[in-house]
Order: sequence, then structure tokens, then C-alpha cells
Amino acid sequence: MKLHQERLREGIWFFLMAGPALLGFLFLVLGPMLYSFYLSFTSYNVVDPPRWVGAENYLYLIKDDPSFWPSVKVTLIYAGVQIPLSLMIALGIALLLNNRVKALGAFRTIFYLPSLLPATASVVIWIWIFHPNYGLLNELLANFGVTGPAWLNSTTWALPALIIMTLWSFGGAMIVFLAGLQGVPRGLYEAAEIDGANAWHRFRHVTIPILSPVIFFNLVMGVIGAMKVFDQAYVFGAAMDKVPGGPARATLFYVLHLFQTAFNYFHMGLASAMAWMLFAVIALLTWLNFRLGKKWVHH
Amino acid sequence: MERRSTIQNIILYGTLIAGSFVMLIPLAWMIVTSLKTFPEAMADPPVWIPEKLQWENYRTAFRDFHFIGYLRNSMFITALNVAGTLFSCTMAAYAFACLNFKYKNLLFGLLMAGMMLPGQVTIIPLFMLYSKMGWVNTYLPLIVPSWLGANVFGIFLLRQFFLTIPRDYIEAARIDGASEWTILWRVYVPLSTPVLMTVTVFTFMGSWNDLWGPLIFLHEETMYTMPIGLLNFIAIAGQAQGTPWQLVMAVSTIMVVPIIVIFFLAQRRFIEGIASAGVKG
Repeated sequence: MKLHQERLREGIWFFLMAGPALLGFLFLVLGPMLYSFYLSFTSYNVVDPPRWVGAENYLYLIKDDPSFWPSVKVTLIYAGVQIPLSLMIALGIALLLNNRVKALGAFRTIFYLPSLLPATASVVIWIWIFHPNYGLLNELLANFGVTGPAWLNSTTWALPALIIMTLWSFGGAMIVFLAGLQGVPRGLYEAAEIDGANAWHRFRHVTIPILSPVIFFNLVMGVIGAMKVFDQAYVFGAAMDKVPGGPARATLFYVLHLFQTAFNYFHMGLASAMAWMLFAVIALLTWLNFRLGKKWVHH
Repeated sequence: MERRSTIQNIILYGTLIAGSFVMLIPLAWMIVTSLKTFPEAMADPPVWIPEKLQWENYRTAFRDFHFIGYLRNSMFITALNVAGTLFSCTMAAYAFACLNFKYKNLLFGLLMAGMMLPGQVTIIPLFMLYSKMGWVNTYLPLIVPSWLGANVFGIFLLRQFFLTIPRDYIEAARIDGASEWTILWRVYVPLSTPVLMTVTVFTFMGSWNDLWGPLIFLHEETMYTMPIGLLNFIAIAGQAQGTPWQLVMAVSTIMVVPIIVIFFLAQRRFIEGIASAGVKG
């Protein structure tokens, strides 16, 4: 019976110690998650109790909401442009740094640091640089005889400006690439060299295949991150003394639209439906990450 | 490996140095602007070296525009989040790594799966819950979750580390009559300082940089944290007489400094944390 007692003792300790985290999971994750699913089928404005409306919210979003598809489009353009660019920069810098560079630590710090800074501060800094009248960028361009666009006030240039700003923080992906590159056995390169492969061939046929799971990981994490962009988009609007999302929905990201639907207009049911559509996409991406990630690993 | 030729060296270091330059210009421009007068900040062509360094800008922003209060609020929230995360995650990690319970792997799997759930899904029910409890417009919604293991990644990192500590330590301590509580804080925690540092720096960053939470839960100006304080300042000052960018940059500098300092103190932790997340997937 001693064994039984011991098991009971450990079980009690288990719940004492994991208790806070389990309570947190129950009341801050699982419960709210299920309730939010229910809310997504209701009309709820905070004042009156939720009223069941079936799939109306989802249908409204897809068919009638004037901002839903524009916000999807902004988010997809951002994902389609910003992520490939930032991954290419990250991989490029990681390849350079993987070359037995002097002062490696200093370079790594410089390239990584911006990605840690508060989005609020870094977007504010960049908005100051992109400022149509007083910004450093347009004044630099003027030196070359180019009249810069009114970046932040222009429906055409606002999203590209935001993409350029966020490229500053490619450092996280770079660190992951560096770690991956360090796992490539030196011997493989030497063998390829003996076979007469030039630098491009070594990159194409040794580095890329071995790095493919890491590239894939960074890609999926990047897309998930892009789906959830909020801070940058919110600050972009707010710091120009405008309604976030502007000008004219040009930077209305999906989660920003969700936030405004919920906390500016108090359409809580509708916002819950948006959240669940987002979750569905993220769950799908995560599943792909697991499935394809395994397939893609080259040996 | 072959030795690099001079030309290859020039290309390599040239690219890296040019790249570093591009990375650092925004930060340099932020600091330079924060030390200018208003006309200098707006000058065309841009002024790179202010005639006289305007350190008063910092005093003006922090004393006259309440940023000293926002800074205090940010530090308060961040400190309690770090403490709460270390407390709850360490305990949970010990339970999942070292204590036997029939369904613990199932529970751990659920916890991990919860990490995938975007915060946007839970925020509305949480907002309703906190409203009912009278927590909106207090710091509780921003602090309590971290005491309830909200940082699941922290639990994961600590658990992985605890699993590498030999079981013999536990057996020996138990024979000596030590309770699990004592084993955790006297044996496991002192052995785990590196990973505890990693969890600390990531929690610090998450809390210090947070915009989403304060935006939703803090409605009174005196309670603002640095990020929303800054946005509010830009909105109000912008309406009055044009944004005083030199003050905005002074505030941004103060917001960025703690992150830079903590990064330099714990650089290796950051890099290992990020790299291990990526490599292990």
C-alpha cells in the first residue's frame, strides 16, 4: 500500500503545482474559446444579452461587410510581399554571417536588435522618417531630384511604406537561419567543391535542401504573424493623427478591423466570427507546418 | 575551407557594414531628433548635429506631459508580469517534468495546443468576464494571466530543461525528507538560471512592448503605459499645434532603452531562445 500512497502524494503535488496554469487554461483559454464560438452565432452589443442569429455573422462578413474583403486583401498583400522579402534579407544576411566573420557578435546584434523593439516605438520612428513634409526619406530623395510621394497620406503608398518599415525587423528569422546553417556539415561543402560545384551550385544543392525545413518553418511562422498584424497597423494610423486603417482602408489589416468591430462599434458577435475565421486559417497553416515540415526534411 | 580573396573580403564586409548602417540610421535619427529644438526638427535640409543638445526635451516630456507616470505604470506591470510568469511557469514545468500523474501528458498536450489559439479568439469573452468582475480599467487583466501560466512557451522551455536534470537529485532529496516545494525552489531553480533568464527576458519584452492589452483594458489617462501614452500624446499634441516630434522621439528613446539594455545583458539567452524555438519547431 506504500506505492499507492506515494502515487496519491505525487498526484496531490501535481495539482498544487500545475494548478495555477491549469486554472488559467480552463478560465482564460478553454472557457473563453468555447464561449467565443457561441458568440460568433449571435448578435451581441454588450448592452443587451446575446441573441442567436445562426450563421448570419459569417454570411454578412462574406457577402455584405464593406470592410471585410478589403481587410483580407491588405493582409494578403502584406503577407505576399513582406514575408518573401524579409525571408530573403534574413537568409542573405545569415549566409554572410555564416562565413567566419570577424566581429560576428556585433553584426548579429545590430541586425537582430530592431526586431525586439516595441512596435509602437519603431513605427513612430519610421513614420517620422516617412513624414511627407519633414521626413528624412523624402529630403534624401530630393537630393537626387526625386519628389517622394506623400507616403502615409497616399492610398497607393501607405501599405508599401508600412511594408518597408516592418522589413527592419527581419532579425528573428535571421537568427533561426543562422542556427540552421550551423547545422550544415562542413564536409558536404568540401565534397561538393571537390566535385567542382561553384558557390551557386553549393548554395542551390547543399544549403537550400538542408535548410528547407528551417525555411519552411520561418515561412509558416511569418504567414501566421502576418495574419495577426495589429500593433504596426494601429500605430501607423494613430501616429499620423488619423483613424487607424487609413487612408481609405489602405492599411486596414484583418485584426485591426476585428479590433474596431469589437471595441469601437461593439459588434461582439460579428468580431467573434472574424476571430474564428482567423483561427481556422491559422489552424490550417499550423497543420500544414507539421505535415509538410516532415515531408520536406531532406537527408 | 578555402581562404577568401581580398575582393571577396571587401564584398563581404562592405555588404555587412552597409547593412548595419541602414539598420542603425533610424535609431540614430531618433536620438538626434530627440535632442533638437522644434524648428531644427522641422528643418529642411535635415539637421544632423543640433546646435545645442536639448536635454530639456526629456524633462519636458516626462514632467510636463506625464510620461514619468506612464513609465512608472509600465515598469509596475512589467515587474509583476515577470514575477508571475517565473512563479507559475516554474511550478507548472516542475509538475509536468518531475511529478507523476496519469493524465499529465494529455494535459500538457492541451496546454501546448492552446498556444496556437490566437488571442483574438478569447479576447471578447475575457473582456466580458473582466467587465463583470469590475476589472476593466484596472491593471488586473494585464497582470493576473501571467500568474496563471499564460506564458505557455515559458512552461515548455522550463519543462524541457528540467527533464535534463538527473532524477537522482529528486530521489536523494526525497529520501532526506524534502517536500516537492523545497526540491523545486532549492534544487531545480538554482540549477536552471540560464533558462529562467530566457523566460525573464521574453516576458519582460512581451509586457513592456504590449499595446493590445492596455488599449483594450485601460481607459483612464493616468493609468496609461508608455505605448498608449505615446499614441495619446501624438493625437492630442497633433491637434493643438503640430506634433512636437523632438518630444515624441525623446519618449521613443526612453521606451527603447530598457530593451536595448536587457538585450545586451542577456544577449545569448535571446539568441538561444529564438534559435531553439525555430530548430525544434
